[in-house]
Amino acid sequence: MSKITDMRRFPGFLQLTLLCLLVLYAPLMVVMVYSFNDSTSITLWGGFSLRWYEDVFFGLDAPKFKQAALNSLTIAVMAATCATIIAVSAAVAMMRARHLKGRTASFALINLPLMVPEIVTAVASLIFFSAIGFATGYATILVAHIVFCIPFAYLPIAARMQSIEDTYEQAAMDLYATPAQAFRLVLLPLMMPGIFSGFLLAFIISLDDFLITNFVKGAGIETLPTAIFGSVKQGIKPNIMAISTLLLLVSVGFVTLSYLASRMGQNREKKS
Amino acid sequence: MAGGIANASESAGIYKGRAGLLILPSWLVIGFFLLLPVGMMLIYSFLTKEFRGGVIWEFSLAAYDQFFFNRGLFGDEPPQIEWTYINIFWRSLWQAGLATLFCLIIGFPTAWFIATRVPRHRTVWLLLITIPYWVNLLIRTVSMKFLIRDTGPMNEFLIWLGAIGEPLQLVNTNIAVQLGLFYSYLPFMVLPIYASAERYNFALSEAAADLYAGRWTTLRLIILPAVKPGIIAGSILVFVPSLGAFLAPDLLGGAKTFMIGSLIEEQFKGNAGNWPFGAAASIILLSIVMTVLIFYARSQTRREAR
Amino acid sequence: MKQLLKYSVAAIALTGFSSTAQAEGKLSIYHWFEYIPQELLDKFAKEYDVEVTMDTYDSNEAMLAALKAGKMGSYDVAVPGDYMVEIMAGEGLLDTFEPGELSNFSNIQPQWLDVSFDPGRKSSIPYQWGSTSFSVNRDKFKGDINTTSILFDPPAELSGKINVLDTQGELLTMASIHMGIPQCSSDREQLKGLNKLVQDAKTHWASFGSDTAKDVLVSGDAHVGMIWSGFSAKARNEGANIEYAYPKEGYIVWMDNVVLLKDAPNRENALKFMNFLLEPENAAAVTNYAQYTAGVAGTEPFLDEAVKNSPESNPPSGPVGHFVQACPQDVQVLYDAIWTNLKK
Repeated sequence: MSKITDMRRFPGFLQLTLLCLLVLYAPLMVVMVYSFNDSTSITLWGGFSLRWYEDVFFGLDAPKFKQAALNSLTIAVMAATCATIIAVSAAVAMMRARHLKGRTASFALINLPLMVPEIVTAVASLIFFSAIGFATGYATILVAHIVFCIPFAYLPIAARMQSIEDTYEQAAMDLYATPAQAFRLVLLPLMMPGIFSGFLLAFIISLDDFLITNFVKGAGIETLPTAIFGSVKQGIKPNIMAISTLLLLVSVGFVTLSYLASRMGQNREKKS
Repeated sequence: MAGGIANASESAGIYKGRAGLLILPSWLVIGFFLLLPVGMMLIYSFLTKEFRGGVIWEFSLAAYDQFFFNRGLFGDEPPQIEWTYINIFWRSLWQAGLATLFCLIIGFPTAWFIATRVPRHRTVWLLLITIPYWVNLLIRTVSMKFLIRDTGPMNEFLIWLGAIGEPLQLVNTNIAVQLGLFYSYLPFMVLPIYASAERYNFALSEAAADLYAGRWTTLRLIILPAVKPGIIAGSILVFVPSLGAFLAPDLLGGAKTFMIGSLIEEQFKGNAGNWPFGAAASIILLSIVMTVLIFYARSQTRREAR
Repeated sequence: MKQLLKYSVAAIALTGFSSTAQAEGKLSIYHWFEYIPQELLDKFAKEYDVEVTMDTYDSNEAMLAALKAGKMGSYDVAVPGDYMVEIMAGEGLLDTFEPGELSNFSNIQPQWLDVSFDPGRKSSIPYQWGSTSFSVNRDKFKGDINTTSILFDPPAELSGKINVLDTQGELLTMASIHMGIPQCSSDREQLKGLNKLVQDAKTHWASFGSDTAKDVLVSGDAHVGMIWSGFSAKARNEGANIEYAYPKEGYIVWMDNVVLLKDAPNRENALKFMNFLLEPENAAAVTNYAQYTAGVAGTEPFLDEAVKNSPESNPPSGPVGHFVQACPQDVQVLYDAIWTNLKK
């Protein structure tokens, strides 16, 4: 028994993971600390202050940032969801039907959004949208985001699918499950880690996009990156740090919730 | 292959007749909203440039000529091979490759570590890896720069430790760019590998151990091949975006040389305003990356078929 | 498949068009990032009962690209720099107005009335003007800084500690000023010399950065930074012991201008807004915010003391400021080549 656990662990992997987290979180410490900076500069410390949080909630730009954050989050959730659904369906087709017509072409197409340089997508989309009379605004941002999120969702899902033999579904079908049931009850749960990874990647890539969004967004609509990039021209101000810290808090909240939810699920299982 | 066209099951009659329908949404969405615009860019690359942005609808090979041939500063010398852009491409490819390697070296153990946690902790670990990405990349990159500055906390800490006497000059070097790229794209390596590794059957490791294979032998001969699809997916997701990245090279590297991303951006947003050239450079980049990818995918399919 | 495409286009078009209808009482501004205080926009919105929306860009060229790629017709006004006004007019992107349409037209300072990039002010009004030069950290260098040699042939102690702007127009113009050659020169020897000058100077430069121009000076990462006047003032206010140079060889002056765009959906409100910005009090509000200088008479009573007296806004009489010129196509290609060569 102990041999199995032994084979799971490799010396140094824990340390590397912790190093990984250190690299990921060290800059965030800077963000958090400087959100409490009294000075307007991010490079000089001017004493502790909550003024930037006050600014975020009650300042003149508060409505703008609130709206931008809302837009960013809704677009990211919707774009990641749509992209994940499209990617799941594509992955099933690509991995389960060897003789699908034009598989290579489909493969190239799905990865196309990844391969085209961002600025080209941005300019080309803007020209294209205005050519077909699709007015720029929330809808154009959403469409553009769905498109470039697809490969980010697809690749982890397809990688996962590769290790799932179709014998599971065959067995289900032998037991008179309909194809839909076989998919929903057998394949989908097995795909879940891939789907979750794909969704997360699509979500963060959408949340972060500046260049394409800045071109295809219409007048008067902002996402967080487009609202934030402005401040950079004047040097990042601590209010941006405060907003970022608040976003972090929200995301930490999500993690805590998901942890608690999984614990509750666990406890219920134990009881029953 | 990861993104796979390889490894489709021979006998899957389940989705027979439905596969076309399942792939249709991707074709509709990407085909309409990206393939058409990119096709337009392909046409643009063969048109005459309009001064300060835009195109004139006259056929021209000037963009490709500019990319491949050097006619001197004043354009009247006999044409020679132009190395400028090839060098820029090569530099970017090299840098992206290196970033991919670093992400893999750190990302694989991390992914493996997460995949071997008890199931209910896995989600939390995954979220922990992605939380930092809720903060905008620009801000993270600026903060990273702050940390590694000559007089920044990292150098002060190392000096305090006595590990170094003089501050390390990292900002405006390639090391900083690598650090920035690593930092920008790490989860794109970790998550796909996790998705693959989570499915790993530990009976295989056990069997290997029974045959007196050591840990590292098992890792090399059994585990790595098993999670290969994840590694390839992750490598694509790190490599390709790194090619076009400009925040890390600009902010951490000092923007002293063009990368593919900044070169193409300059053609659309800079003084040059040379859209056909920007389009041509993108099409060349697209062709290179796509060819490699498809070539690889095909060779995989053939291997599986055997 | 074709049918489906058609339907999807129709469906998308429907959702899209709903936002195109521009009602009365709206104004759509295309502006630089962080260049107008929100208070001022709110004030205008309130005074004229107009709903103001603003979109932002980060360079003159990015604005031009976006407008040419299809954003024309969605904005009423934009704020291009001097040479860009000329370019946009040449591209037919600007609408014209009569001086009589703006009651505050006479507030424009006389020297900004008949400018080379828009003679007689037919499509534009002054927004702010300032200069581009460089600042030097006075803790690190005590010598004479009022020479462009600081950038292009620096003393040993400053070499490797210099940040220059990552914009072709300003950097190459500054280099031309250093060499004493005219802008948009097509003389072979002069251009070869220019090419060599920047190549050699690059070995002394630590970084190219426009967005970071201020931060590198405040943090001390750079001891010399090519920078815009207002940015330098802000860096100084944030505690950097820097001095803004007025090189004896000359420096760059520029002016940003509010232009009336062709096909403006709300031309009336655009003119109201332009007129509003010509009020001394409002022009001063922008000046206090951006720390440049307004081209409007009578702003003095409304200016902050610090802004009014800042060395960055009060150039000495000796050195001459030059506007960046828009070169003709055949010459611009040469400058593009030098720039690519510099960053290859």
